[in-house]
Amino acid sequence: MPKRTDIKKILLIGSGPIIIGQACEFDYSGSQASRSLRAEGYEIVLVNSNPATIMTDPVTADKIYLRPLTPDSIKQIVEDEKPDAVLPTMGGQTALNLANKLHQQGYWEKMGVDVIGVDIDAINITEDRQQFRDLMEKIGIDQARSRVAKSLLEAKEITQELGGLPVVIRPSFTLGGSGGGIVWSPDEFDKKVMRGLELSPVHEVLIEECLFGWKEFELELLRDANDNVIIICTIENVDPMGVHTGDSLTVAPSQTLTDKQFQRMRDAAIRMMRSIGTFAGGCNVQFALEPKTGRMIAIEINPRVSRSSALASKATGYPIAKVASKLAVGYTLDELKNDVTGTTSACFEPSIDYVVTKIPRFNFEKFEGVDEELTTQMKAVGEVMAIGRTFAESLQKAWQSLENGYHGLGADRDETARFEIRDRLKKSYWDRTLQIRNAFKLGASVEEVADISKVDPWFLYQIQDIVTLEGEIRKKALSQIDEPFMREVKRYGFSDYQIAYLVQDDVSENEVRAFRQSLGVKPSYQVVDTCAGEFPAQTPYFYSSYESNTESEVSEKEKIIILGSGPNRIGQGIEFDYSCVHGVLASKEMGYEAIMINCNPETVSTDFDVADKLYFEPVFLERVRDVIEHENPKGVIVQLGGQTALKLSRDFDKLGIPIIGTSFDSMDLAEDRGRFSDILKELEIPFPPYGAARTEREAVERAEEIGYPLLVRPSYVLGGQGMRIAINKDEVEEYTQRIWKLMPDNVILLDLFLENGIELDVDAICDGEEVWVCGIMQHIEPAGVHSGDSTAVLPPYSMSDDVQQTVRQYIRDIALRLGVIGLINVQMVVKNDHVYVIEANPRASRTVPFVAKATGIPISNIATKVMLGEKLKTFRENGDLVSKLEGFAVKEPVFSWDKFPEVPKELGPEMKSTGEAIAFIQDFDDEAFRKPFEMRNLYLSR
Amino acid sequence: MINPQNNELLLHPEICKMALADGTVVTGKAVGYRGETGGELCFNTSMTGYQEIFTDPSYVGQIMMMTYPHIGNYGTMDIDNEAHSPMVSGVVVRSFSPRYSNPMADDSLDAFMKKHQLVGITEIDTRALVLHIRSKGVMNAVISSVDLDNDSLIEKARNWPSMEGLELASRVTISEPFDFCEGDGPNVAVFDFGVKQNILRSFKARGCSVRVFPAATALKDVLAWEPDGIFFSNGPGDPRAMPDAIAMTKEAMQTGIPLFGICLGHQLLSLAAGLDVYKMYVGHRGANHPVQNLNTGHVEVSTQNHGFAVDRESIKDDIASITHVNLNDNTVEGVRFAKCTAFSVQYHPEASPGPHDSQYLFDEFMADIEKHSGVKPTHEPTPEMVYAGGR
Repeated sequence: MPKRTDIKKILLIGSGPIIIGQACEFDYSGSQASRSLRAEGYEIVLVNSNPATIMTDPVTADKIYLRPLTPDSIKQIVEDEKPDAVLPTMGGQTALNLANKLHQQGYWEKMGVDVIGVDIDAINITEDRQQFRDLMEKIGIDQARSRVAKSLLEAKEITQELGGLPVVIRPSFTLGGSGGGIVWSPDEFDKKVMRGLELSPVHEVLIEECLFGWKEFELELLRDANDNVIIICTIENVDPMGVHTGDSLTVAPSQTLTDKQFQRMRDAAIRMMRSIGTFAGGCNVQFALEPKTGRMIAIEINPRVSRSSALASKATGYPIAKVASKLAVGYTLDELKNDVTGTTSACFEPSIDYVVTKIPRFNFEKFEGVDEELTTQMKAVGEVMAIGRTFAESLQKAWQSLENGYHGLGADRDETARFEIRDRLKKSYWDRTLQIRNAFKLGASVEEVADISKVDPWFLYQIQDIVTLEGEIRKKALSQIDEPFMREVKRYGFSDYQIAYLVQDDVSENEVRAFRQSLGVKPSYQVVDTCAGEFPAQTPYFYSSYESNTESEVSEKEKIIILGSGPNRIGQGIEFDYSCVHGVLASKEMGYEAIMINCNPETVSTDFDVADKLYFEPVFLERVRDVIEHENPKGVIVQLGGQTALKLSRDFDKLGIPIIGTSFDSMDLAEDRGRFSDILKELEIPFPPYGAARTEREAVERAEEIGYPLLVRPSYVLGGQGMRIAINKDEVEEYTQRIWKLMPDNVILLDLFLENGIELDVDAICDGEEVWVCGIMQHIEPAGVHSGDSTAVLPPYSMSDDVQQTVRQYIRDIALRLGVIGLINVQMVVKNDHVYVIEANPRASRTVPFVAKATGIPISNIATKVMLGEKLKTFRENGDLVSKLEGFAVKEPVFSWDKFPEVPKELGPEMKSTGEAIAFIQDFDDEAFRKPFEMRNLYLSR
Repeated sequence: MINPQNNELLLHPEICKMALADGTVVTGKAVGYRGETGGELCFNTSMTGYQEIFTDPSYVGQIMMMTYPHIGNYGTMDIDNEAHSPMVSGVVVRSFSPRYSNPMADDSLDAFMKKHQLVGITEIDTRALVLHIRSKGVMNAVISSVDLDNDSLIEKARNWPSMEGLELASRVTISEPFDFCEGDGPNVAVFDFGVKQNILRSFKARGCSVRVFPAATALKDVLAWEPDGIFFSNGPGDPRAMPDAIAMTKEAMQTGIPLFGICLGHQLLSLAAGLDVYKMYVGHRGANHPVQNLNTGHVEVSTQNHGFAVDRESIKDDIASITHVNLNDNTVEGVRFAKCTAFSVQYHPEASPGPHDSQYLFDEFMADIEKHSGVKPTHEPTPEMVYAGGR
């Protein structure tokens, strides 16, 4: 069946602000769906309240509504736009629930809007545990034994039936498994059941047989209107059952399933998908398998594009969201071509000849008193994916991607205390594979580790091999390493830094690199081609390995490399990917070959049809250098990818790698508190008294000089990591100790805290000659609440023209003095009509997409072009710099507190919000302004 | 588990080499049996099911290179064999797992290979070799851990007999007829050119009596058993080099008894009906190929293993009609013959390894039989009966 011609206009619902459990993977799927449906000639109307998304950009859809995701606002849009159909499967559970709610009201039917991509009657089946159970029983799919409880008493009875604790508790209809988890003790049981009953909108919890220690798998399916079903990817969780799949270290394809087991799982998945209606689209099914008996149990089914579909798309090269959206409008799989090969059918199951490892990224350090144990409720804020020819290689690359100071799977620092290892292995923690490595290092056997951790021994053998090889490296001096051994070590994913640490002589990472290259051991680049090399591929999607043959041919064109922002985390999220994508598009518009390097599978930037070339690689010095040496670009853009990319600029500067836009020295000038203050003095710009300290004594001395309260913070961090307000000497000691424990060599900064000041966030672009202020945002919450956690209003709502003029003058002076070429963000505090400059960051800020959406000006695009040599004058003369904002735009922070019930809700200089929404208001009676204004002082702590 | 404490492949590897007929030589590590072997080097893109592949008689004479890097992960289970022993002549793997994880396994793949004298090579860049074959076509190769002289190995690879024009079924067929199972359903006679166990199990699951006959059995001896249907099995080699089998197939087409062929059996039926068969450049080997059933429009994800195919141009309406095509390259995957009750497919509906999407073809054969002789299958096949292998 070809595409439907009875529908012309389609409403696409986004997923709203980023929260834990629902992140930027839905920007990826929504953008892909929108682009591909537009290419088919459909008019796309898009609604999402999240300004930091590519999907809400004019480049993505025909008409964009930055509105709250509520039934009322959807109704308003439907009445104005009169779409023929709505596609709710690309916006996560939020969009699906919203569409379901309106369906329950009979709204879609009344308005003649066709719900496509899902069988809306089936949503309840998949979300309601009991209905799902009944259905699975009917179609003969085995289940964990369980029952729904409506009260604590009932919950206790059920637990007794199941043979007692431990059991799993799952509240019905909550996102990312909020409130769920395994309980081991009666106390915990009472607490969790009560909380689950409260959290569940229908006040039900499921009490379930505990599958602790079982293996967990996930299958990604696509089905068309002819009932053809294909499996795109099988994902195996290295963490056993009991850890939410979003928090698990996972690999693709499955490694430990026999063909018989896999095919049984495939059959069951297909039967399950067919049992929940006749829709055409994507679907995700999870299974548990008991290793000893092979008993297989279905866990859940999601009739929509999911976080795992984004991962599966990036892991296989198969564009799931794109194909799913085409299926939703009537195409059948046999009518579509595989985009990657360009010649073969899209109706096939990808075969891959590499291993993909995903490791989630957590932000526990942001939440004091948080329980770090991983459970069935998701806690990760982001993830990295790495591709290698073997599991060992991809695992080490994934650790290099995490950007938490590791250079691979350990072997880069002095070891952890022995007694910790066993304790940490018993329960699930984020660093499980590292603890496994440490255990092997101490001589533990695979049997012991498997017994404690319940990780499948196959993965343990691979990690043990890494440790064995580590031992072999330790026996040698660098010069004793020959070519075959060096190649073998690199094929196991070891970084030059690890090798430098391990060899007997005292050598640097750079010396290892030079020596390795002198042996002729250099990375190769392989294509992600969906078919294991069976057919030639057209896509420019690569990963590095140490094979004999490089498939990435270097073109004659002039090239720009854009560094991505790595895994999402609090303080560095989707906003930076937004800027990176625009960096890519603008570079292409300027005639360059745009090359993207990133390792975050959730993002639009790692969609292989965004950049001219995509290297799915860790944003890690060695790997980035390798790509640069291979491609020889004109330069590298570092100011769009947040702190990740920026951190590498010091090394680039040393290595003579050209940085596009603001030079390293200018960036360092802004980051170095001493040098920056000298500049402010020179420019006669006021700033709060400050000090810098390398020791605790120094810190206390500085503090006593400056006075209290004061801000204590480490340098070179984002999102106010480790930042606190201290009101006395003891607190200064406490906070500095805490920072140095995490970041030993950091220079700690102390600033006088301007109590009750009003904070401003200013974004500007400088081309070296002039400065254009993109927007001035005034915070509603008092200074002291991190800017990312503040409600910001654009333009300022209570600042005199004089003050605003001063603000503009200051940022102009600073940008020109620093020699900024591209973006700069300056934070200022206004107290008693005096403007103080707090800090300047010559790079894309978190607020760039917000300002761009509010004003309708493509700021990242203009900034990139300025970096590449365009002048602001050109844009001004074209009228590109005129704001289209009427009234005010409000940026509202969104938090994921419900995932950390044990953490008190308080705001301070350390950022805690995970996402944001935008609201457009005309006056200050609007609730979007009034509510945060009334509560502005409530949560300020430190 | 009987896994060793250390990975000997990592600590004490033995060198092994593979030479291709075009002069390419790669050096890796020896796995399985230490010795020398040769054959046509081809690749398979299945990510699971290595044991079923290595024991599939259709692969006789071929060195099997797996595109998936990690092979051996879940060991081997005797029950998963598709024949009594491995059939491939050599194994090529990027990253061999000397240690496995599977509480239900009988042995490691390494031990299995040693026991069955199967030579293997690992720690080489298989992807580069796949791309090489993709552009240069399949070619012969020799693997050796005893002769490490490049020139000598290349010479051996060049002198290895070409698959083209090679008859191999006689090497793998049984010597005497035997009854695989007895049931109250139809009698199915199976011509064994190298039949996979799961084909036999697929008949058994429907209640058939199955008698397996050697490839060279005279048709009258088969007819003496009074079969309700005759099945032509898969198998290795060039079907054009099997004049006797083609003649016998022609004869069978005259009997009016429903016929069904898979893979080599499909090619023999086609040749007997007057269609042409050609050797493919690379062939299809994997478990992810889309096959469209032209009658229903439905697409099956299929298991494929063939280096020869029926020539589309030779198919005329009065001889046969195309029932199945491969959506990737539009090659012929199935035909129904015009002048007799017979159909055949190029791919493997019995799977093992691979997806179970095409089991219905066995039911179609049962329907043909029922129409012809009125004998019905007595069972609805269950997955447990068909895919009776290890879990």
